[in-house]
Amino acid sequence: MKRYVAIWLRHLLVDRVLLIRPELDGKPFVLAAKERNRMVVKASSRDALKLGIEVGMVLADARAVQPELEVLDYDPSLPEKLLHALAEWAIRYSPLVAIDLPDGLILDATGCAHLWGSEAAYLKDIATRLKASGYDVRTAMADTIGAAWAVSRYSRAFPIIPPGEQLSALLQLPPHALRLEAAVIEKMQKLGLYQIKSFIYMPPSVLRRRFGQATLDQIGKALGTMHEAFEPVCPAEPYQERLSSLEPIQTAAGIEIAIQKLLEKLCERLVKDGKGARQAVLRCYRIDGEIQQVQIGTSGPSCSASHMFKLFELKIASIEPALGIELFVMEAPVVEPLANAQETLWDLSSGNKITRIAELIDRLSARAGTGVIHRYLPAQHHWPERAITEATTLNDQPEIEWRTDQHRPVQLLAEPERIIVSAPVPDYPPMLFRYKGDIHRIKKADGPNRIEQEWWIDDGMHRDYYAVEDEQGGRYWIFRLGHYNEELSAEWFIHGFFA
Amino acid sequence: METALKKSELVARLRSDIAALQGFRAPALGVKQDDFGLGPVMKAFPQGVFPRVGMHEFISQSAEQTAATSGFMAALAGKMMKQDGLCLWLGTRRTVYPFGLSQFGVSPDRVIFVDLKKDKDLLWAIEEALKCDALSAVIGEIKELNLTESRRLQLTAEESKVTGLLHRVSPRLSNPVAAVCRWRISPLPGVTDHVLPGIGFPRWQVQVEKVRNGEPGSWPLEFRDGSFELIDESVSFHQYISKAG
Repeated sequence: MKRYVAIWLRHLLVDRVLLIRPELDGKPFVLAAKERNRMVVKASSRDALKLGIEVGMVLADARAVQPELEVLDYDPSLPEKLLHALAEWAIRYSPLVAIDLPDGLILDATGCAHLWGSEAAYLKDIATRLKASGYDVRTAMADTIGAAWAVSRYSRAFPIIPPGEQLSALLQLPPHALRLEAAVIEKMQKLGLYQIKSFIYMPPSVLRRRFGQATLDQIGKALGTMHEAFEPVCPAEPYQERLSSLEPIQTAAGIEIAIQKLLEKLCERLVKDGKGARQAVLRCYRIDGEIQQVQIGTSGPSCSASHMFKLFELKIASIEPALGIELFVMEAPVVEPLANAQETLWDLSSGNKITRIAELIDRLSARAGTGVIHRYLPAQHHWPERAITEATTLNDQPEIEWRTDQHRPVQLLAEPERIIVSAPVPDYPPMLFRYKGDIHRIKKADGPNRIEQEWWIDDGMHRDYYAVEDEQGGRYWIFRLGHYNEELSAEWFIHGFFA
Repeated sequence: METALKKSELVARLRSDIAALQGFRAPALGVKQDDFGLGPVMKAFPQGVFPRVGMHEFISQSAEQTAATSGFMAALAGKMMKQDGLCLWLGTRRTVYPFGLSQFGVSPDRVIFVDLKKDKDLLWAIEEALKCDALSAVIGEIKELNLTESRRLQLTAEESKVTGLLHRVSPRLSNPVAAVCRWRISPLPGVTDHVLPGIGFPRWQVQVEKVRNGEPGSWPLEFRDGSFELIDESVSFHQYISKAG
């Protein structure tokens, strides 16, 4: 059996404006936006509402009612942003929180309320906390999203609907409470169906014929005979551990203990399932409503609490506890099966070695940032820049052999650099070249070794490579781009140094 | 004559005592020592044993020397890694081409490159790497290094028994640092015969400038078919070819 909580923030935008600009309190003001070439009121403060300025009114009419009306810009993306932030905050009440545009939140409170003592205490805590932060709030709890929504908006009765009693709670409410389309509601008003009880007992076939299938669906959702989709803001992670603290935690030592405890629990579950974490995220919920987040990644699936703790240890300094942290949530969003178990059976020492090296690499990338670790595998390309490809994990093995018959330099410039060359005969190695102001007289040369540009990957001319050695024994890899041309002088580049 | 003999014996014994006091352990009898095929260069080391434990310092001043040093270090690391070892190559401005390492007996996929963005992280990263005794070798490319920093690395390496190869790429001054050995590798012209085209095998002037408890020296070496060979200047090219088979 499910339990849902609907939270209705009736004056969401207005309350938000008052939080930012408290001097507007007690004055009539509206939020307006342009709609079909005229300004329309999108939200109206309590004082403006008292004067009869409703949402949907044209701004000119509102100004006629109250000439000193303060008009603020309406940002259409603001409600969603605000609700998202509030939904993240509300995760302290339930891991599953959904946004209900334009002005509400839905919590899947199944199995959560007993942590607050009772459902009444649970709802009261939500309401008092939101009210304390300045929001006008109404809440309700029921077995279905539809019923909770209806009661929070349209009922003055006690907001906790006992399990299975959705129908009796809905009977007295107007049809609006079923979240019907405006046209349907208008029709019902015309027909004199002012309360749900006046039509809910009608046979479904009649309702469908008169008001459409959508109406039947909404009734089904409110009564629980039909399933309603629920899209949580943060999808529940299968590997998540929570630790709430009695007293807000402010010290590094306290955070360390919390991380250790969470990791132990998390790793215990991972080991049981034969999985290892590739990524772990720690979220710290502060008492001022902010969330601090740190993240670590591992180069191979890990279920070692001590190793992951070492990685988090490097990040503790970046957590700002401010007034204190009341809840820690540790998640492993990316997990992979532990594959090494089999290998370690026959090669204990080497398996152990790989783990230790993987742990070292995790430490390095945790401190120096991602993208510092590179490991390369051979690729089937002759073009030097493409002859190697990056490996994604430590365990990737080359699919083809490394070629040793190709003479390749040990140092390769990231970009080939232009050099000035004098060559006696076309397609002969040059006599000398000038690089960075030094003249190198070539004594020995090997080439040309033509490497074609792979036309299916990139445009461009081929390169004729020469391995050359100068008088001092320095060895260089130089190339000419393209064919010899009568009119243009050939373009020569240096690309690397041989050992 | 007798006294002279005794004197030399005495000096030898004192030398070994000093070496023991300095933390150098003589190789146990019967244990096969790695000599990496360095041949005559081994004479430079105390008791002819390559010091695996500690930092080796390489200095290069030009791009050519840098390439030669990278090749030599790769060859050494390849010998240390043997078949299944892994090695870490750390630096901030890496120009090493992994593909090119395969010619020096290193399987490039067994080398993990750590390309750090900040110089400040480099020393820390090298130290962390040296602490991990699962690695066969740690290669660090660093520009400037002072005595204190190197001492710290040397102590870490001595504790974990990981060989560290530190490549100082064109440092402003070659100040003394704590390392068991200081090398300088410069390229030498290849075989000077015009019978065959090409530039031949890599040749280096391998200079051991300083070595703890050893004898510095300088040798011309060639790296051929996965091993180091001393170049004998007197051997002509044709003899050389026939000798090589």
